[in-house]
Amino acid sequence: MKLIPQERQPDASVTRPLIRDDTKFAAGKIAVFQYFAVCVFVFLALGYWDLQVRNEEFYLEKAYQNQIKSLPIPAPRGKIVDRDGRVIVDNHSSYRLILSRDSLREEHVIPIAAGLNLDANDLSAKIRRFRRQPTYFTIPLKEELTADELTFVEAHKGADSFPEMELIKSQFRVYPRDGVAAHLLGYVGEINEPELNSQEWANHNPGDVIGKSGIERFYNEQLTGVDGQRQVRVDNRMNTREVLGITEAQPGKDLKLTIDLDLQVVAELAMQNKRGAVVALDPRTGEVLAFVSTPAPDPNHFVGRIDAKEWAALATDPYKPLFNRALAAQQAPGSTFKPIMALAALEAGIIDENFTVQCNGGANWYGRWFKCHKKTGHGTVNLKTAIAQSCDVFFYAVGNKLGIDKIAEYAEMAGLGHKTGIDLPGEKEGVVPSSKWKIRTQREKWYAGETISVSVGQGALTVTPLQLAHAIGGIATGGVWMRPHVVKEEAGKAGKLEPARKAQLNLDNVNKVIAGMYAVVNEWGTGSMAHIPGIELCGKTGTAQLASNDLLKSRDMGEAFRDNGWFVGFAPRNSPEIVVAALYENGAHGDRASWIVRDVVKAYFDKKARLNKLQQPTPGVASLLSRPGEIAR
Amino acid sequence: MASYRSLRDLDWPLLAVTLSICGLGILQIYSATLDTAWRSAWWKQLLWLAVGLLMMWLMTKIDYHTLLGQVPLLYGITLTLLVVTPLIGRLVWGSKRWIPVAFGFKFQPSEFAKLVIVLLVARYLTELKSDRLEVRDLLKLGGLVGLPFTLVAAQPDLGTSLTYVPILLIGLYLGGVRWQHAATVIALAAVLMPVGWFFLKDYQRARLETFIDPMKDPMGKGYQVIQSKIAVGHGGIWGWGVTHGSQTQLRFLPVAHTDFLISAFAEEHGFVGILVVLGLYFLLLMQIVQNAQTAPDRAGMFICMGVCSLLLFHLLVNVGMAAGRMPVTGIPLPLMSYGGSSMLSVFMMLGLVNNVRLRRFVS
Repeated sequence: MKLIPQERQPDASVTRPLIRDDTKFAAGKIAVFQYFAVCVFVFLALGYWDLQVRNEEFYLEKAYQNQIKSLPIPAPRGKIVDRDGRVIVDNHSSYRLILSRDSLREEHVIPIAAGLNLDANDLSAKIRRFRRQPTYFTIPLKEELTADELTFVEAHKGADSFPEMELIKSQFRVYPRDGVAAHLLGYVGEINEPELNSQEWANHNPGDVIGKSGIERFYNEQLTGVDGQRQVRVDNRMNTREVLGITEAQPGKDLKLTIDLDLQVVAELAMQNKRGAVVALDPRTGEVLAFVSTPAPDPNHFVGRIDAKEWAALATDPYKPLFNRALAAQQAPGSTFKPIMALAALEAGIIDENFTVQCNGGANWYGRWFKCHKKTGHGTVNLKTAIAQSCDVFFYAVGNKLGIDKIAEYAEMAGLGHKTGIDLPGEKEGVVPSSKWKIRTQREKWYAGETISVSVGQGALTVTPLQLAHAIGGIATGGVWMRPHVVKEEAGKAGKLEPARKAQLNLDNVNKVIAGMYAVVNEWGTGSMAHIPGIELCGKTGTAQLASNDLLKSRDMGEAFRDNGWFVGFAPRNSPEIVVAALYENGAHGDRASWIVRDVVKAYFDKKARLNKLQQPTPGVASLLSRPGEIAR
Repeated sequence: MASYRSLRDLDWPLLAVTLSICGLGILQIYSATLDTAWRSAWWKQLLWLAVGLLMMWLMTKIDYHTLLGQVPLLYGITLTLLVVTPLIGRLVWGSKRWIPVAFGFKFQPSEFAKLVIVLLVARYLTELKSDRLEVRDLLKLGGLVGLPFTLVAAQPDLGTSLTYVPILLIGLYLGGVRWQHAATVIALAAVLMPVGWFFLKDYQRARLETFIDPMKDPMGKGYQVIQSKIAVGHGGIWGWGVTHGSQTQLRFLPVAHTDFLISAFAEEHGFVGILVVLGLYFLLLMQIVQNAQTAPDRAGMFICMGVCSLLLFHLLVNVGMAAGRMPVTGIPLPLMSYGGSSMLSVFMMLGLVNNVRLRRFVS
């Protein structure tokens, strides 16, 4: 390298003659460099012109979005109370942790998940799900933080570490009477993607808590208040610099139910460890007094912490705890259909009270032998005996006289085959077969032999427990079917109760049917187990076959194919106040279901008596309190 | 021995433009750091300005020919410092670029290497005395600049090391590189580019990817560019005024007092402000070019043009990056960004330019 010798004589370079022409060679090249520099400056200026002049509006908007945040103030959901004002669904305020997506950093996902005991993959997936939503929608992370989690959040939020974490005061649902009326109340949960895309939930946003089933769902709009908003100016760490405006949250409306918690609890105790449903109505108003479907999950388990495993277990449980049997189980009513048959026959003028049938344990119809449940036969039976002892042969004859279309007409009059219109989601209509129905659904004509089965509540006929209670309640009141409902105000909205349907029934005929149902419980009938001294409970047992007896015999069928037991009853006889239908799935026989109804009816009248007693001051109590000397001693 | 005639011959216009730019810079640093942990940065910068002027004066005093004579020594010291830096340096933002001095001051050898490389290139090409470069000249000069380049790039500080390249390029251009050689080098570079991709650090690759598509990762790697463009665009034509740019003041704009100072300036002073700043820089560069044209000898010309091309590169990358026109590279805006080492090295280089100017009539 030539550099070294120069170093030894630096003065030489200083004194070296300077020749101006030395730099001449570069003059043209320097000019080229100047043009290049001009190009660079023009390039830079154009870049700024593009942003600041051409697209100013766009960036003004962007800058505004950067600073202004709308933080939601969640509105508390309305409470739910029973008919006496006892709280059955309440709110509990807690802190909800959310992720603000504007300041979200990918590398924070793992530490945040670790600090909150969440699965990092789940969290990433959740964040991905929000990808297409506008960035001002926040991601709900966790409700009800534990002390450790809260410490973690307090230590890392806002500050330099994880600015995306935000704590929001929120309300969440508590069902203080663990699991009571679970199917009636339903549960709440975070809105999911299919729901977000559906018309029903069109005005809801991601992260909203909505009613998923039961009352929570049906009355979601009333229960949901209007969320408030806090508009704030924030800096890049989401620190609030200025509060621009606050819109307070409007709490949701409280709901008063028609349910009597005391009755509900009795009904649930009666159904403990059984599968089935109990519906108790006040037939005069349509108010639902008790509404049970078992098994049932505890709605508290769904609140804010939906555990995928727990959910899967519920969804795949063979006993279907998520299935609301009270309004969606469509089962053959069995003999509980007989009062409707009896009334139909009387009203249609086909029989009168003197009409009798000889029962020898069965009868031959259309070339087939139809058995009576009593193998030895009932002998000569009239209407009252036929109902009381549930004689199948009697109703085979009646059904044959009526014909399927008359049967269908009266069944539909009683409300079968149609939804009752209860204010709960998921109601099923059941099936009332008719010749038209068969052509419509199966493109086949009706065979008279099928009518024989339907006459005793079998065949294609199905009902829900709610429908059965509704139907029998309407007959008991002499032909007025009130629409069942579970929320008090809902009924009173129009000022008075409108019956769902009315029928001009001959009260003599009604009383003949009721006499039979009275005999079922109180004379020598199949429901004598339901007898309550002092209470005129009328009812009807039912045993509905799920599989033919031959099939049952030929194979060792398990419990799942055992007959369903039914009982429907009302009281008191002449001015019914309560009608109860109970379905005991695989309960083998109706008299087992009758115990359930007896418990509920007894509880109803016991409570009524107790309340009456309290309202009439007993002289004895007053004198007891004022007995002189007792207290002083 | 009067090596220059009079202080009157100092480049006063250049100094005036320089101080104007520094003034705008300090104002912007003040505004961008208001209410932050950096709020004392503006007067520290003022202090650096004073020290810078002193250094500039010193660089003017020593005849640049003397400095050229000391190039091997300076080059040796620079290489030593660059080797030592990773060993005793402080780890900041994942790389070791600084050597702690005293009183909390730290020193960035890679900044001063710029000055040495300017002198090195000038000396080599002066001694060449020919207007034609041979392959061996290319290799030698390339190797001499390549060594500090590699050391700095390994810190890793690719941004700073890249600033050495324009000094070399302008030298080769003015020194008379043959177009065949240039074409060969460009072709080679084009071939080696994909190979170089493998030598880049992940974050460097990410920056290039983000440059091509910032929206690919708006909350992560693309964040800086996006926020910078928002701040710039938000400024509009007239800007929001000092301390009134919301993106700067609410700290949406990242590193607003150093690398992205020009974005903060653009928000608060608008397109008009940007034109003023670009105009000042243009005057500065043209003044340096004029000094090159009037330089008394080859060495002076090479020195001025080396400084000029270095500053132009800084401008292009930093100002272009803030508007999303260049990839994000952590190199400062000369004279405006906060930072002592950068300030001192630029002032020393301007001192060199003045040095050349003072001696233009000496013969």
